[in-house]
Amino acid sequence: MRASLFATCLCDQFYAEACADAVRLLRHLGVDVDVPEGQTCCGQPAYNAGRPEEARGMATHTMHVFADAEYVVLPSGSCAGMIRCFYHELADEGHAESLASRTYELSQFLRQVLNVDTLGTGLQGRRVAYHHSCHALRELGVEDEPLSLLAGCGAEVVEWEADQECCGFGGLFSTKLPEVSAAMADRKLDTLPDIDFMTSSDGGCLLQLSGRAAKRRIGPPFVHLASALWQGVGP
Amino acid sequence: MSLKGPAKYREEAAKTIHEKPEVRASITAATRTFDAHRVHAWGQIDADRWRDWARDVKTHLLRNLDEYLEQAEERLTANGAHIHWAETADDALAVLSEVVHAHGIARVVKAKSMLSEELGVNGHLEGLGVHVRETDLGEYIIQLLGQPPSHIVGPAIHLSVDDCRSLFSERLGTPLDAEPDELAAAARDALRAEFLAADLGISGGNFLAADTGTVALIENEGNIRLSTSLPRVHIAFVGIEKLVPRLEDVSGLLQLTTRAATGQPIGIYTSLIQGPRKSDEVDGPEEVHVVLVDNGRTKLLADDAAWEALRCVRCGACLNICPVYRQTGGHAYGWTYSGPIGAIIAPGMLGLEEAMPLPFASSLCGACTDVCPVRIPIPDLLVHWREQAVQQGLAPPTETLGLKAYAKLAQSPELFGTANSVLRHMPLQLGGRALPVLGGWLQERSAPRSSKKSFLQMWKEGIE
Repeated sequence: MRASLFATCLCDQFYAEACADAVRLLRHLGVDVDVPEGQTCCGQPAYNAGRPEEARGMATHTMHVFADAEYVVLPSGSCAGMIRCFYHELADEGHAESLASRTYELSQFLRQVLNVDTLGTGLQGRRVAYHHSCHALRELGVEDEPLSLLAGCGAEVVEWEADQECCGFGGLFSTKLPEVSAAMADRKLDTLPDIDFMTSSDGGCLLQLSGRAAKRRIGPPFVHLASALWQGVGP
Repeated sequence: MSLKGPAKYREEAAKTIHEKPEVRASITAATRTFDAHRVHAWGQIDADRWRDWARDVKTHLLRNLDEYLEQAEERLTANGAHIHWAETADDALAVLSEVVHAHGIARVVKAKSMLSEELGVNGHLEGLGVHVRETDLGEYIIQLLGQPPSHIVGPAIHLSVDDCRSLFSERLGTPLDAEPDELAAAARDALRAEFLAADLGISGGNFLAADTGTVALIENEGNIRLSTSLPRVHIAFVGIEKLVPRLEDVSGLLQLTTRAATGQPIGIYTSLIQGPRKSDEVDGPEEVHVVLVDNGRTKLLADDAAWEALRCVRCGACLNICPVYRQTGGHAYGWTYSGPIGAIIAPGMLGLEEAMPLPFASSLCGACTDVCPVRIPIPDLLVHWREQAVQQGLAPPTETLGLKAYAKLAQSPELFGTANSVLRHMPLQLGGRALPVLGGWLQERSAPRSSKKSFLQMWKEGIE
């Protein structure tokens, strides 16, 4: 099986090692991974800012880059959601729907396409909080996938009352309304249970939560889900 | 205190967050409780089917609104009610003035009504020298404090019990350590006298059934029942989007509304008002006026996307679940309707420029649309208004330039890679001064740390 990794602009720059871990994980599971050249940004920042024209250019570019992919796998629920739910508004509907049907967030791909449930014992005894990124949860319907995969590596996913609440990132929202955005992050951070690390499928959420925690000089380690699962495979 | 208008959203939100942390705590606790009750109540019914049905009823109504308005007018008139059409808030208030003068009204009791807040009924009555008393407990509390409601359903949810203790101690003489029951009893005593002395009762309307001319009102405290039946005159202000085709539809919609709002299968009181007291009846007003209010609603209806927002039944479920609303409560939004629903109806009703930046006051997390009983696609409509804002030149020029440049770069992979590599090596603290995007980030967070190499570079070099 062949899968094309779409690193996404944000993870490419800030979570490069997590992208590499996604490659390692997929290879470990017998997937032939490629990273198509020319990939950049899915267009979500422009789309959400009310600029469909600019988003259309980026969507068309991305569709061209991944035209031949058997599957497109992203270490990001938000960008996968953009392709799956909104490309049909921006580009040729047939092409958009074809790409959408081949596009998966990483944990969704592992569970739904590869049917993986246990990866290893690398997270045995580790207490983990999982932050559901809004777009993975509500646009893709990814809810149990990351939890069962983490549990399948031996981790204890700890109950967290704010696990499904938005972290306050929201792309440009985080910089246009920084006070509200930070208060949203604080709600997440202030309710975190006692854990070894926090993880999430989305780099944007991790950037927001870790950045806020660092500013407040608090918080547990923040690990991208791809890295957590690769760690979970174990020795 | 008065609402400062949407333009001040960021400042007002920041002020609440930094200067009144207790508001965040009260709002978060109350809305989480409301939402937990909703989850429970929806679990008892086939909520998805109910919501599809409710969406379809309201959509049908909005697509045939003119016919149903005429039908409602005809039936209400036949029932002996007086019908008034108000295109603007001023028109609605003019009707109020007329009734006040015609009947020599001196004292008014008011049932909880967001439309009356939208119209500015209390201020208008005070200007006429008429005494007006809010009779919903939450509204009563905030009226004593001189504040507007901070939530559609729970107008005083930004306050704590202690806030109420000190207010009631000062105004009603209750002990400072009074239990909530004692506070409610003191309010009841004070309000009973108001009910008995009032000449005019004012209410809104949750629904108006066109086939029977019935105004339906939902409540828990009984104050709406008293406000609409004790005084000799009753005025109901009803938004034109509150119509439903049949009384039969009210039965389902009011149950879905209370389940969405507070998790109750039905309100404690449901009042169905069809007109004034008949000759063989002992209760009810001598005269009933129904004021059908537009005030920007047909403008919203004319928008080819945002019209869907007019399905709203004002249950407040989207406020309860909204992580943005929870940080500040409603006052920061600067006008009557706050939260996600406020942000999508403000541009249509007030005009987009006036409503800025509310369509941007959302992380687009999508929690609101998941809980909307009439399935309003709230995040899509937020993006819709953002598009309109860009087209009307209301977006900041730096953002326009930035996103246009970014989109161009993203379609030229080599340049994109080069630009990223430059940015990765730039000291971000310095960049914060140059780029507003970074400035907003750094104000509340530490600088993000870039990876040593980009992933695409790592891939080129080979991944083991």
